Amino acid sequence: MTDRAAEGSRESLPLRVRLALYDLDGVTLLVVPAVLFVIALFIYPFAYGFVLSFEPKKGAWLANYAKFFSDPFLYDTIGATFRLAIPATLINVLLSIPVALRVRRMRYRRVLTTILVIPITLGTVLIAEGLLIYLGPQGWFNRALVLLGIGQVRLVHNYTGVMLSLILSGFPFTFLLTLSYLTGIDPSLEQAAATLGAKARARFVHILMPLLAQGLAINLCLSFVQTFSVFPSAVLLGAPAGDTRVISIAAYQAAYEQYDSSMASAIAMIMGFCQLIVVVLILSGRSFVYRGAAGGGKG
Amino acid sequence: MGSEKSVAERLWAIAIWVLVVFFVLNFMAMAATVVINSFGTRWFNAWLPAAFTTRWYQSAWDEFQLHDVLIVTFEVVGAVVLFSGLLGVPAAYALARRNFPGKQIIILLFLLPMLIPPITFGIPLATVLYQARLGGNMSGVILANLVPTVPFVVLVMIPFIEQIDPRVEAAARVFGAGTWRLFVHILVPLLTPGILAALLLVLVRTIAMFELTFFTAGPGSQTLVVALYYAVYAAGVRAGQSIDAMAVVYMLTTLIWLLIALRFVDPTHIVTRAKREAAA
Amino acid sequence: MAIAARDFRELRLDGMSRNFGAVNALKGVTLNVKRGEFIALLGPSGCGKSTALNCLAGLLTLSGGSIWLDKTRIDRLAPEDRGFGMVFQNYALFPHMSVRRNIGFGLGMQGIAKEAIKRKVDEALAIVRLGDQGEKLPGQLSGGQQQRVAIARAIVIEPPLVLMDEPLSNLDAKLRLEMRAEIRRIHELIGSATIYVTHDQEEALSLADRIVVMRAGEVRQVGTPEDLYARPAHPDVAEFMGYRNQIRTRAIRSGNLLNVSVGGVSLQGTAVDSITDGEVVATIRPDDLKVADAGPISVAVESAQYHGRDFYCFGRAADGTELYFLSERKVRKGDNVRLGADASRVLVYSRAGS
Repeated sequence: MTDRAAEGSRESLPLRVRLALYDLDGVTLLVVPAVLFVIALFIYPFAYGFVLSFEPKKGAWLANYAKFFSDPFLYDTIGATFRLAIPATLINVLLSIPVALRVRRMRYRRVLTTILVIPITLGTVLIAEGLLIYLGPQGWFNRALVLLGIGQVRLVHNYTGVMLSLILSGFPFTFLLTLSYLTGIDPSLEQAAATLGAKARARFVHILMPLLAQGLAINLCLSFVQTFSVFPSAVLLGAPAGDTRVISIAAYQAAYEQYDSSMASAIAMIMGFCQLIVVVLILSGRSFVYRGAAGGGKG
Repeated sequence: MGSEKSVAERLWAIAIWVLVVFFVLNFMAMAATVVINSFGTRWFNAWLPAAFTTRWYQSAWDEFQLHDVLIVTFEVVGAVVLFSGLLGVPAAYALARRNFPGKQIIILLFLLPMLIPPITFGIPLATVLYQARLGGNMSGVILANLVPTVPFVVLVMIPFIEQIDPRVEAAARVFGAGTWRLFVHILVPLLTPGILAALLLVLVRTIAMFELTFFTAGPGSQTLVVALYYAVYAAGVRAGQSIDAMAVVYMLTTLIWLLIALRFVDPTHIVTRAKREAAA
Repeated sequence: MAIAARDFRELRLDGMSRNFGAVNALKGVTLNVKRGEFIALLGPSGCGKSTALNCLAGLLTLSGGSIWLDKTRIDRLAPEDRGFGMVFQNYALFPHMSVRRNIGFGLGMQGIAKEAIKRKVDEALAIVRLGDQGEKLPGQLSGGQQQRVAIARAIVIEPPLVLMDEPLSNLDAKLRLEMRAEIRRIHELIGSATIYVTHDQEEALSLADRIVVMRAGEVRQVGTPEDLYARPAHPDVAEFMGYRNQIRTRAIRSGNLLNVSVGGVSLQGTAVDSITDGEVVATIRPDDLKVADAGPISVAVESAQYHGRDFYCFGRAADGTELYFLSERKVRKGDNVRLGADASRVLVYSRAGS
């Protein structure tokens, strides 16, 4: 076949076939409705909100942001939210490691994981409601403390209450995630390390932690993002006008109490931005750790 | 590994177990408190209520219009399950079977609503819905709840579909099956467990989804969890017991569906499946 | 030679047993291993050979029996305290460490100085002929190279004993032959005792000083490759060693001779265990069943596979007995040939033993 003849036959390939070479055919079109949906109801509102935040009710285009960062009642919410989110995330993720290490060889593992799924399923509203009574001055927890001679502790309508509810609803999630990463590490790696003289602590430091590191980074990101957006427990169980006035409360108030959707969008953007910075920080630390498969290198 | 444990190792193990038991115990005690209080006549200054009654359930039923709220909840949840399945499963099939340019971007697109918490995108979303006159009623609530669930179904179904050997489909075609027959006789039976699992998870997650409904619901379109929130928020004057009665109704609703879902899915999938896709 | 095995005289397995619930994976295995010996644990899947290896390594605890290294009892020790080197079936290379760090890991655990570690790792790399691959990650290596790293990692700690768990089973045929020679070479260089688990009798025959044939958790026979090849002690061992013809028949002694009925014809055979008369199993290797014009057994050929030098054939005798044999001459399906076998190559076992 001469070159010209080959060219001619390529041009004469029907459009349908040429598209199929790129894996574009009728089946691919099945993805379109869902994509359109997400664009319409997620990307667009986000973009709309972003633009809206620069169209304040009164003032120049940066007026919302200026107002936020000049009013302590508003910008303190960032600090309050970080003060809750960072310890809660660290506690939840760091505690999940030793617990997952213990539990992974348990025979009745599935019973425990099933029990721990319940707090996640019930959600933060119910947990906040339950803790209001349970941790309240008349609740069993304080009664037990009195019985033990420790005396009553103020656990509701303050920072502690919200922190406890964040741990109660957050720990099962981080635990399940860590457990799944841990069980994904090839057990023969630890066995090999043991035969080479590594005791339990050495195996943890040299084998498990490096291989868990990438999963932990993701766990930290997801957990932080969740705790940073704390809302119902901060209102119901915390002190929404004081210690636990978190940024989501500020956004809510702007939207539904002051009917200033522009300001509300601005606060939502600031909130998203804070989360983004932390996620980027955590993920950029990832490049210093091993990020490949956790198997034993079968040929 | 086969060996005797040292004393330090034993102590450490005990400490961890104490922690786990403490956690679980406190959680169960908290749930028990809610349940017991909902059945108590008066509970003050004692470990248990003075006497037991069921009148708070009747009172909650009336006071919080639980009948209507439950109907709304199930309508919303039903619609969300239906539409996320209709939108998500075909999309998952296309993504699992075709490797087209832009596929990575689309997967990222589906990941975003799962990674970004509902509050962050909920307020702009509510603004847009209200502008489109969809805010404050059922359609708005349903649309808002669909935002995280459609991607969830897509991301959960992709590995399920990838597990089906494409050669099975090719074999069906070689033996003469057209697309419709392929779908009905091969794909649906093989995918049913996966679809069932995904939709049950969507159901459970939507019942508990607070923020999105909270921002888009009007008085006649509140789901149970939102009604519960308002009840607790305004609790000042009301008797706590009827709120607890409502909380118990909520707990039962979620847990029944959770139990059903658990027959089909491993508990860890409720959180990890979609998040693992994020990690990959 | 800087890397050389540590001294010991004898490794003694004394009635090693291991149960998994109701399943007896190991039933009282007893064996003595001398310094520098290459022992193969050979058997089909499920025979307990990998369980035995894992018990030796300390990765499984014993349900009964004991293990002794000279005068020290070691079966209560954790794997990290036994000092044995182990090569895993899937290599188990640490994916996040370079080849050098993988190999040097065990030395690091012993607290050896960095300079010394570097020297020994260099030497180990040279022994396995991977000198220039030191900085690569396991994921960047081929299967054969990963194999070598696994071996280097096990020998660099100069263990008295090296345990290998079917290390060649993931390699292709050509690589397997190459690596077999490498493993034997390295073994002789270092001088460690080696216990090598495999299900491939060819591998065992070519590598081992002594072979331990196992079945269903028990030791069926221990011997040199020659012993096992020529005189398997039981019919199942014989079958595993390639005595494909296992004929259940009757034997009759007449004087010093033992006659067995094969294919309707009387053949002379050699008794392996004590047989007088009665039900026996006669085993013959296909290559010992020769095609001869004057052979006693008449066989109708049912299939003949060309293998270059000979034909691997399957045929049926007049009384229905199925026989596998080799033919140097070309035969075809439907041909009739006559077969005979030397009395010393017809091994007869009493039925009770199988």
